[in-house]
Formats: sequence, C-alpha cells, structure tokens
Amino acid sequence: MNPKSKIEEIEIDLLLEAVYRRYGYDFRSYARASIERRIRQFLSKAGCASISGMISKVLNDREFFSRLARYFSIGVTEMFRDPLVYRAVREKVVPLLRTWPHFKIWHAGCATGEEVYSLAIVLKEEGVYDRATIYATDFNDEALARARDGVYEIDKLQEATKNYQQAGGKASFSEYYRARYDAALMDAALKERMVFSSHNLASDNVFGEMHLVFCRNVLIYFNRDLQNRALGLFTESLVHGGFLCLGTKEDLQFTDVSGRYEVVDPKARIYRKSEPFERGVRNVERGRKRA
Amino acid sequence: MDQVEYEKGEIPSSELRVPRSDFRAVVIGGSAGGVEGLTAIFAALPSDFELPVLVVQHLHPSDDGAFARHLARITRLPVVEPCDKERIERGRVYAAPANYHMLVDRNGTISLSVDEKVNWSRPSIDVLFESAAIAWGEAVIAVLLSGASADGAKGMRSVREAGGLTIAQDPDDAGYPFMPQSAIDAGGVGEILGLKEIGQRLIELAGMCNR
Repeated sequence: MNPKSKIEEIEIDLLLEAVYRRYGYDFRSYARASIERRIRQFLSKAGCASISGMISKVLNDREFFSRLARYFSIGVTEMFRDPLVYRAVREKVVPLLRTWPHFKIWHAGCATGEEVYSLAIVLKEEGVYDRATIYATDFNDEALARARDGVYEIDKLQEATKNYQQAGGKASFSEYYRARYDAALMDAALKERMVFSSHNLASDNVFGEMHLVFCRNVLIYFNRDLQNRALGLFTESLVHGGFLCLGTKEDLQFTDVSGRYEVVDPKARIYRKSEPFERGVRNVERGRKRA
Repeated sequence: MDQVEYEKGEIPSSELRVPRSDFRAVVIGGSAGGVEGLTAIFAALPSDFELPVLVVQHLHPSDDGAFARHLARITRLPVVEPCDKERIERGRVYAAPANYHMLVDRNGTISLSVDEKVNWSRPSIDVLFESAAIAWGEAVIAVLLSGASADGAKGMRSVREAGGLTIAQDPDDAGYPFMPQSAIDAGGVGEILGLKEIGQRLIELAGMCNR
C-alpha cells in the first residue's frame, strides 16, 4: 500500500476513535470505504487541511462534531424504491400479517421516512393498516423530524408515481399527498399508526416484539461485525414466523443469522424467521449485549 | 561515474515507475457508447484472465440485472452482480448494480452504497475509481471508455496519483468522446488506446502478474 493511503487510514482510525471516546457515537464499525468517502468530502467542505486537523477540531468543538455526525448519517431514500419489493410485500407478506389480529412493524433506519409512507400505503390499500403499528426509527434526529413531518419535494413525489404503479398501487398516487407550491404534505391518515423514535443500531437494544422488520440499505453502511449486531437485534425482536426485509443487495448468507431464516422472496430479500427456539444462540446474544 | 543530483522533491518520472509486476485488479468505466467498448475488450480477454475486473456502466435505475446478463454473454469470465461485502476473487467480472454505487474496501471486499448520485450517476465511475485507488494504489489498472459525461475524470486522476496505470479509449475512436477527453484534459490518463488495443494491453499487463 502506498504511504499516503496508509497514513490516511491511520488518521481515519484516530478520528473515529476520537469521536467515539469524546461523544459516544460509534462509527468505528461502519463500512470503511463509504465512511472514508464521506470524511474526505466533509474535509473539503469543512476547510480543514487534513484529517489530522479534523481530530483536534472535533475534540474541542461540539458543533463541529454535530455537523460531522449529521454528515455521516445522511440517508438517501425515495418513495417505493425497488417497486418489486413492495409488490412482494403486498403479495407474500400481507396475507400472513392478516392472520394476526394486531401486528407490529419495525422500520429500522428509516431516514427521512419515504419508505415508511410507501409501506403504509401498501398496508392501507390491502385493508390491514388499522391493525398495524409501525415503529420507525433512526439515530439521526433531524432526519426523523422530517419523516414525522412527511413533507417532500413535489418533483420527487411525481417521479415516484411510476414506482408506485409498478409496486401494484391500486389508486392514484397523488391521492396520498397534498401539494402546495413545490412541496407536498403526506396524507395525515397515513401517519395514524406510525410511531417515530430515536434508535441507534450500533448501540441501542431490542425493540419490542415485531412481526415485520423492514431495514433496507442500512446494513450496507456497516461492517460485518455491526451488521451481525443489527441482525441479532432483528432476530431477537421478531416473533416466530416474523418477516425480515432487507435491501435488494443485502444478503443474509455468510452472516451469523443465516441459519435462522427461510427465504420468502430472493429478489426482494424477504426472509422469514423459521428456526426452532435455540436457547444457546439466544444466550450468546444476550451475553454480547451486556458486554 | 557521474553522480546525478536532483532538486529536492524532484524525481524523474522514469524512476517513479515501479516494475508493474503485481497488478491486482482492473476497473473499467463506461457511459454512452460504453457497452460497445466493453464488448470489444471482453471479446479479447481469455477465460484464464487472472485479474478481477470491476465494471461501472451508467445504467437506468430499473435495469434489474439486464446489464450483468448482457456482460455474461460477451465474456468467457464469470460475471457477478455483487451483493454488499462480496469478496473480490481473481478472474471474475463484477458489474455494479443499477442504483447503487460500487466501492472497493481496503479489505478486498465490495461495498455498496446508496449515497447521492455523483455526476448525476449512481453507480458513478469516480466513486469506484477513487475507492480502487485507495484500496489498491499502484496495483490497479483503470480504463475509461466512451461517454457523454465527465464522470471518471477525477477517478482516473486519483488512480494515477496513487501510482496506478490509467488507460483512456482514444476519443477519436469513441462514439461519445467527451468522457475520455475530459479525463485526458484533467491529466489523469497514462495511455490512450484504440478499442482493439485495450484488451490486448490488459492481457499484457496481467501477464506481468506473479504466477
């Protein structure tokens, strides 16, 4: 490896260590290539000469840290991203959710909420939304506030119309929002069963008894260890027979929990928790959390 | 014997060139007209080509694996549309999936992201090339093909600055010369070759790998 690249690797290790020890936010287990890219981009915006220069600034300046942390946690998402996934949820997951009198969904890493509303629309059209509670979580409070507001750029929503149709949409997409100037407010009825709360997959714990965990394109930002931690939380949260829906390029194979799910839809990456209760595995996870 | 002295910090380019005996990977970027270039290059590569080849071709977000399936038809090498964290193996072709950036991690695995588009593109050539420059430094060969965008120009520069070898398709030979020309103008190109020569050159360079 060339020396410049090696030095930069050390600088990044030290920066992430500084952030963790000073503020308790742990980005050390994030996917290295992506976080490096964001650090370098932030560097050019922040007016620091080097990553080393960022370390002293981050240690002494909380506002600088907040900007950096926000930059690390930007989630990019869109309504009905990957229409085939929503079609698969409609056709393969909803029929089983229907068998529960009340069901809970954990939308982990919901970012600005576009996909939470997408899911709510599917449930509404399938006539099961009244029986659902959707817990939408993210550790970026700013993103979470935007998700709660449900206000999006009108252009983006119009772009999503085609995705909505491809996802098997039964109405006209424009029925779900009210446009004003260049912004659009999502229908308040869609928010009725949504609960937004702050949760960090890198440091927080299990979140209730879930029937569906929806976590798409979040794990790609984690390294293998942190992926396994998050997947452990999901697995522990899910009821027997509960569903897990990941991003279309996130594979359970080679992860710690691969043996505990059966594949429901390989393209949409929908899995179902199926294995018999295993005390050993569960205890290992409990032990790790205490550590 | 004459002692040659250099100004401090000035090293002649001939001495900067380390023997290229250990290339570890090829990265290729293409946009409009790129598929034609890829077809020519992959037609030339033998089934025992040893290096991994990572490809970013600008795609429509709804491509749904069609590009990877097309690549599989035009090469003798196994083609993968990788999942996140997939290990990069020798002699395989990795086609970036539509709507994801594809990055190389320092640990030799593929890392995907859904970050904002770069140069109006996701996947972006710059994102792949810049990460490849960090992960592989002088051991990477970057090839930039036809296109109507400036994507890849920064990435080629990063690869070159890290000591890697950069090849641009000859703009005169490209359906859309803007992309290779932008990289040349940005100073990121080491060799300018016609489509027919690129495949042959890659074989030559890969042949210099330790066997």
